[in-house]
Amino acid sequence: MLTSATTTPHQPTSHLLEVRDLHVTFPQPGGAVTAVRGVNYHVDKGEFLGIVGESGSGKSVSSLAVMGLLPSSAKISGDILFEGKSLMGRSDKELSKLRGEGISIIFQDPLSALTPVYTIGTQIAEALQLHDSKLSKLAANSRAVELLKIVGIPNPERRAQAFPHEFSGGMRQRAMIAIAIANNPRLIIADEPTTALDVTIQAQILEVLQKAKDLTGAAVVLITHDLGVVAGNADRLAVMYAGRIVETGTVDQVFRAPSMPYTIGLLRSMPNLATAGHTRLVPLEGRPPQLSNLAPGCPFAPRCPAVIDACRTTEPPLTMINNEPLNASACLRVGQIASGELSRSTLYPVPEPVAAAQRAEVPPEHVMAVSELKRHFPLSKGSIFKHTIGTVRAVDGVSFQIRAGQTLGLVGESGCGKSTTIMEVLELAKPQAGQVVINGRDVASLSAKERRALRKDIQVVFQDPMASLDPRLPVQDIVGEPLTVHGVPAKERLKKVADVLELVGLDPSMASRYPHEFSGGQRQRIGIARALVTDPKIVVLDEPVSALDVSIQAGVINLLQDLQEKLGLSYLFVAHDLAVVRQIADDVAVMYLGRIVESGPTENIFDNPQHPYTRALLSAVPVPDPAIERSRTRIILDGDLPSPTEDITGCNFRTRCPLFRLMDEAAQQKCRTSDPQNRSVNGSDVACHHAEHIDLMTPA
Amino acid sequence: MIGFIAKRFINYAILSAIATLSAYVLASLILNPASRYLGRNPRPSDETINAILDGLGVNPNTPVIERLWAWIVNLVTHGSLGDTIHNTSVISEMTVRAGTSLRLLILGTIIAALIGVFLGVWGAVRQYKLSDQVISYGSFTVLAMPSFVIGILLMILATSLNNVLGIQLINFTGEYTAGLEGGWWVHFWDRAAHLLLPTISLALMGAAGYSRYQRSAMLDVLSADYIRTARSKGRTRGSALVRHGVRVALIPMSTYFAYSFATVLAGAAVTELVFSWHGMGEMLVQAIQQSDINAFTGAILFNAILILIAGTLADVVYAALDPRVRV
Ligand SMILES: Nc1ncnc2c1ncn2[C@@H]1O[C@H](COP(=O)(O)OP(=O)(O)OP(=O)(O)O)[C@@H](O)[C@H]1O
Ligand code: SF4
Ligand code: SF4
Ligand SMILES: [Mg+2]
Repeated sequence: MLTSATTTPHQPTSHLLEVRDLHVTFPQPGGAVTAVRGVNYHVDKGEFLGIVGESGSGKSVSSLAVMGLLPSSAKISGDILFEGKSLMGRSDKELSKLRGEGISIIFQDPLSALTPVYTIGTQIAEALQLHDSKLSKLAANSRAVELLKIVGIPNPERRAQAFPHEFSGGMRQRAMIAIAIANNPRLIIADEPTTALDVTIQAQILEVLQKAKDLTGAAVVLITHDLGVVAGNADRLAVMYAGRIVETGTVDQVFRAPSMPYTIGLLRSMPNLATAGHTRLVPLEGRPPQLSNLAPGCPFAPRCPAVIDACRTTEPPLTMINNEPLNASACLRVGQIASGELSRSTLYPVPEPVAAAQRAEVPPEHVMAVSELKRHFPLSKGSIFKHTIGTVRAVDGVSFQIRAGQTLGLVGESGCGKSTTIMEVLELAKPQAGQVVINGRDVASLSAKERRALRKDIQVVFQDPMASLDPRLPVQDIVGEPLTVHGVPAKERLKKVADVLELVGLDPSMASRYPHEFSGGQRQRIGIARALVTDPKIVVLDEPVSALDVSIQAGVINLLQDLQEKLGLSYLFVAHDLAVVRQIADDVAVMYLGRIVESGPTENIFDNPQHPYTRALLSAVPVPDPAIERSRTRIILDGDLPSPTEDITGCNFRTRCPLFRLMDEAAQQKCRTSDPQNRSVNGSDVACHHAEHIDLMTPA
Repeated sequence: MIGFIAKRFINYAILSAIATLSAYVLASLILNPASRYLGRNPRPSDETINAILDGLGVNPNTPVIERLWAWIVNLVTHGSLGDTIHNTSVISEMTVRAGTSLRLLILGTIIAALIGVFLGVWGAVRQYKLSDQVISYGSFTVLAMPSFVIGILLMILATSLNNVLGIQLINFTGEYTAGLEGGWWVHFWDRAAHLLLPTISLALMGAAGYSRYQRSAMLDVLSADYIRTARSKGRTRGSALVRHGVRVALIPMSTYFAYSFATVLAGAAVTELVFSWHGMGEMLVQAIQQSDINAFTGAILFNAILILIAGTLADVVYAALDPRVRV
């Protein structure tokens, strides 16, 4: 239930949606959490508004408040006007008439957002019938099929009968969009609709969302933490921090001339696919404040490089910039920033690279060479009488090398076999097929003792900093654990732990604390410290920054780069974020369905990709620059990653390959019948028969 | 799908067989059928006792394994479960009693399930509100009470009700009034009136358990994302919970249902005794009191078969409710 705290009559509004001074508080045993603290924004008919902010900044809460979907414990004040009428104080029943008909919402997690026990078709038809009681079941069902077709589900008649668990993540999100547009709403709120999805699927979904917007003429509020996503899609932008909007303007205004230090920092800390690798990232130190007992003043003050004394006492209101009615920023020094008196480019100090004297010498040799590595899993059915019904070719002939002191980035969509590959390498045992050579030794030939010794040399850092640290152990035990395994005496261990903590930028005096007392970025540093404690030569990094907020990522990436130079480490860096890979990797290998389809030096791969899959992948990545985004045409791949059990003859990318479709019959026949072998084209190692014709894919 | 159910059925059947055979062995080891004759006056001769026991196939002097084998052979070749110590066949005894028990059990379980699910959903939707607390305390009280206490309390209530009304509205001894004159309708009413209290007693106990379980299953569902999605389509909170939540929350219930059936059976035995019903529960209790191994095993077999049916039924319901397990 929404309850209005204001008794003043609502001033009329000409906007489709107007949110005025919205506050949302959750009473909690440890003190009330004010998740939204005075948010004002509006959306006009047919407009596309992007709301960006880090995790916990109040993006979801403020949009759930608009839908009237907050838990009943939430205390809401302010005003929400939709089509001129206030939604405050309306009952659930009244609001339910509006939900789905006037405003609809698309949620982040497509895995759990659909009811598992009803078919997709039923769930879409339900949305239709709820708002049109005269609609017959038959008509609703056929309209549901039509909607599925609009959102690009192949075979919609048949797929309407499917249950959610039979759909992939991307398909479920399409179904969610179908539900959202079913009744031609005037406003669609999309709360991180693509965050859980791969970039190629994200590109598909954003395209569908645009199409849905064009079809229905609805306004869209797109909530995301990815500045790249809004750059290409939104008209206007609002940046949230600690429960408030701290900057708003047209996409061009905010990206060109950000005037709140937080926005400036955010834009500079993001690795950008177009520029990454040339400049060092500028980290945004610190972390967002706790919303439960917020200090007075500007909430960004503890992290702000431009902070002045006044900032700590008065919270700056959102003030208009240069008399542009749409452009506003909540910073006391906005005038100085807007006028250029306070330079945007020097506001954040660019961290120094590691001095030449501190750099470790590395011999030019390969520390790891993997060739023709295979890992197949039998796919079996039945619980009593098991029988094999197929093979999952998780890793199907992967070869790569890592040079000492260098980074190999391994990229690809989820399910392509990245994690299995590194697991196989970390086994240090004879693989199913192929060869793993580390430090010049074939691991298959190692004795048990040698293998244990080698384990010290190769360490791993995992994705989720919370899940990979035992919450019951103090940090010193967590970090020192690999040493315990190798039987290092306690005293030496503590000294070493203090050293590595220092190295990763944590205060060694924190060693006796527990993981939950650390922020996400700090936890990932603990994970890195644990990997470094045995003085390894090779570190395998499995999505080390993907669970971190953008503003935190930069610090961890810089740390990894510095450590590499100081210690002469070699990295195998697995990630799905291509901008991050471009920032850190020397060489890149692109994986698709258990194979490496293209590999080579980072510059080559990013500037001049030779494989159609690499092209599509790169073109799917949104760039946080509206000008670039507007001039780009995306190559949208069809469908999902095929299942690795499928037997695809010839080239296994054929089912989705955009180049294949452009080739003549004879060339297509070759793709169908013969499996392309890796060969060198223009400096890259490519597995495509027609790499020479790759430019056909670039529209003239 | 059929294969899945068939496989589960075979599983349950094997388990039932094992349960029955273990019951036989256990009873043979613990119960002493001879004691019944030793206390008689005049005490029959050892030969006579041995002869009687041999005739029943329960002589402790024969090794258990041999007796078990004979019991199995008898079952397979003659379809017989042996004789009771009263020299009636166990099967005939069971056929007379099974109907009585089943009427009580089936009715009690269905009512328990319906009420339990309803209360659980209601409690979860109104979490921590007064009605939820009342339901919670009520069900804990019932769960904590031994079943004979519930039976006796119900009798006391019924008696005072009858006294207040001055007529014998609720009858609670036995299955029907002996020697009642009248047509079909009169008899039906009479039986229904007798059925009332034992059914309430069973249903109360069952419903208390089901409601707790359903409530917690519902609480898991309350905050589920798909409930939010259903609301975002235009359902009110209540209607989203009923249309989308209950169906999902029922899935784990079907398994719980199968497991809890065993406890319902145990409760039913006591209820039968309290209300003087001559059902399978009474047979089980009497068999133990009278050291009647064959009757005991028969009663256990009956329970095992019921659990087999309940288990298979639960699997069918599970598959019907959850498309994810269908193949
Ligand atoms: N039901 C709730 N009870 C208590 N606190 C809540 C509740 N829902 C959200 N919060 C708090 O409100 C704050 C803002 O949450 P919100 O979900 O809006 O963040 P967000 O910007 O959407 O973040 P993300 O990017 O992680 O989705 C957080 O501190 C969160 O812990
Ligand atoms: S108000 Fe002060 S602390 Fe806040 S962003 Fe502006 S300069 Fe920084
Ligand atoms: S071999 Fe053919 S199908 Fe495969 S990537 Fe090249 S063009 Fe596409
Ligand atoms: Mg959110």
